[in-house]
Amino acid sequence: MSGSGDGPAILAEGLVKRFGVFTAVDGVSFEVPPGRIFGLLGANGAGKSTAIRMLCGLLAPDGGRARVAGIDVARDPEGVKSRIGYMSQKFSLYGDLTPRENAEFFSSLYDAGGGGRGDPIARAFERTGLSGGAGRPEGVLTRDLSAGYRQRLALACAILHRPRVLFLDEPTAGVDPVARRRFWDLIYGFAEEGAAVLVTTHYLDEAEYCSEVTLMRDGRIVAAGKPGDLKRACFPGIVLEIECGSTGPALEALRREPWVEEAAVFGSRIHAALAPGFGSDRVSSLLAASGAGEAKIRETDPTLEDAFLKIVSSTGAASLGGAGSGPTGGGAR
Amino acid sequence: MKRVASLIRKELLQLKRDVRMRAMVLVAPVMQVLVLGYAADMDVRNVPTAVYDQDRSSDSRAVAEAFRASGAFVLAEECSSWSDVDDALLSGRAEIVVAIPPGFSRDLRSRASPQLGLVVDGSRSNTAAVALAYATGIASSFGARLQPTAAPRGPSVDARIRVWYNPELRSRLFMVPGIFALLAMVFTIILTALAVVKEKEAGTLEQLMASPLRRGELVAGKLAPFLLVSTVTLTLALVAVRVFFGIAPRGSLGLLALLSVLFSVSTLGIGLFVSTLARTQQQAMLFSIFFFMFPMMILSGFVFPIENMPAAIRAVTYFMPLRYYLRIVRSLFLKGSGLAVLWPEALALAGLAALYVSVAVARFRKRM
Ligand SMILES: Nc1ncnc2c1ncn2[C@@H]1O[C@H](COP(=O)(O)OP(=O)(O)OP(=O)(O)O)[C@@H](O)[C@H]1O
Ligand SMILES: [Mg+2]
Repeated sequence: MSGSGDGPAILAEGLVKRFGVFTAVDGVSFEVPPGRIFGLLGANGAGKSTAIRMLCGLLAPDGGRARVAGIDVARDPEGVKSRIGYMSQKFSLYGDLTPRENAEFFSSLYDAGGGGRGDPIARAFERTGLSGGAGRPEGVLTRDLSAGYRQRLALACAILHRPRVLFLDEPTAGVDPVARRRFWDLIYGFAEEGAAVLVTTHYLDEAEYCSEVTLMRDGRIVAAGKPGDLKRACFPGIVLEIECGSTGPALEALRREPWVEEAAVFGSRIHAALAPGFGSDRVSSLLAASGAGEAKIRETDPTLEDAFLKIVSSTGAASLGGAGSGPTGGGAR
Repeated sequence: MKRVASLIRKELLQLKRDVRMRAMVLVAPVMQVLVLGYAADMDVRNVPTAVYDQDRSSDSRAVAEAFRASGAFVLAEECSSWSDVDDALLSGRAEIVVAIPPGFSRDLRSRASPQLGLVVDGSRSNTAAVALAYATGIASSFGARLQPTAAPRGPSVDARIRVWYNPELRSRLFMVPGIFALLAMVFTIILTALAVVKEKEAGTLEQLMASPLRRGELVAGKLAPFLLVSTVTLTLALVAVRVFFGIAPRGSLGLLALLSVLFSVSTLGIGLFVSTLARTQQQAMLFSIFFFMFPMMILSGFVFPIENMPAAIRAVTYFMPLRYYLRIVRSLFLKGSGLAVLWPEALALAGLAALYVSVAVARFRKRM
């Protein structure tokens, strides 16, 4: 147990990864203290998996520094590997082995069978809700199990050796909402016990559960912070949810007003973010004047999705406008 | 060590569950040996033969009769001119023409070494070569029978006759060990390359690389199961050869086993090397076939004698484990040679095994 007690469990400082001339990760920095859930977000190809692979010692960084569980990843990648749990983006268990055989195999790789109290497989299965219940017959091969079950099995295999740091790369992809919810309860459990969890996801509703989120775009960090702070920073005024007869004219009318910072359609409703100091009465009179019909207006909490859409559209404009004018994005935090 | 053991266990478990793979490992070698063994039977029978007898003596008729009596040839027609000969070959009515020159009988009886012309349809080179061998045998046996007085050359002529008169044994005995060696090569290269690339495709290799498993352990855990599998495969092939063709190595089985392991390790190394180049199973398949198996099949002396190759290509063959293993297997099957004779090949195999495994290990990073 060497010096992993204090300091962040995961520390990335200016990480860079290039594939040929293409820079997949471009100066990414963040830290995750023990007991926190850190969400790494971003569109396909943003560089999330590449960043995780560098932190896991699977890819050598071309620049920057990384410390995981108190160990310098560049200097001792193997040391890092024995202290982390990693669920890769691809579903990575052996489909032609049974769950138990998979667990036994991975357990033997981590020497998890030895010193600890009790059977690590039984413990990990219990921890991830795989033991008892469900009545899974022993002989079923992993590939014949449901996606939700396999995903919890992958998690079980990643925690056999009781890692203090967990990297979960899109663990909930392709899993139904109930199973996702259940999975996040497990993640909470690990964080409460003091593990640092780095998780990537494309579901922004999930990201709300994170202690801190970071948005990547083209290999760089464009926004970072607690979900609540981020939303407040993006929407200093109130956000309204508007339900009205004809959405089109209403949206147009809203977008014409300078005090409406953002107006977007969400399903059958409109979300409108107002500048600070403006209220719903201004909106109702505007809509009445525009002839959009009877409008139901209520104040709502902005979602992370609102915030990120706003950030992405504004940084997109910025990078289009100020091409090559000094460092951008990286300083967003 | 425990990790290597569980890697091996896992690999064998997967192999056990994969019905098609299991069939390939257990049934294919026996089938291969049988099919190829029968196909490799290169002795010729009933080759349509024309005779152009320009001598028209009792001796010349005896020659024609000897051809017919051998069973390898059937007399298709008699030619009466060279244009007849041409016609017979072109039309395909005959594949070989025995031309007996005028004065054959006279030369034969005056011990002036009579000449016998053989015209062979070269477009069927395989039949032609073997038929030619038969015909040469018949011709010389004929000479020997009529000339018992040519004592000094007798024994050597005799020896040749015996070889030529046993062509069936010769071709199969020669081919079957070669097939055995090819089997060993194909299985080891393909199984390893596919096994590793399959894990690459599935993403499980990434999971292995993210674990504290050491590179050496990972490599050992990938090579050992397939060494085991190829041992089983070769044993089956050996039994099949014994049962169906009655062919067994004359040399020591222990030596065959030992050298087969050396050979397998070198080809397993090649398989692992291929797996570091390929991203998909198709690529792995094509790489192994085109860059390793084809060249080795063609250049290792299985088809063409290495001695006849240009120096540059011969230099390449020194890096082909199959070259040495073929020699070893053929010597063990045909002559029963021991290590006293085979040590240079054994040494070369050991060197290549070390070379290929270390190249593969060097390329096989525990990184992506
Ligand atoms: N080994 C590689 N060689 C070349 N390019 C690569 C390699 N790995 C990733 N890339 C590229 O780097 C970029 C970032 O990939 P990465 O997998 O990190 O994205 P991601 O954020 O995880 O995306 P997703 O949400 O689709 O998983 C992509 O454009 C990808 O094509
Ligand atoms: Mg990814």
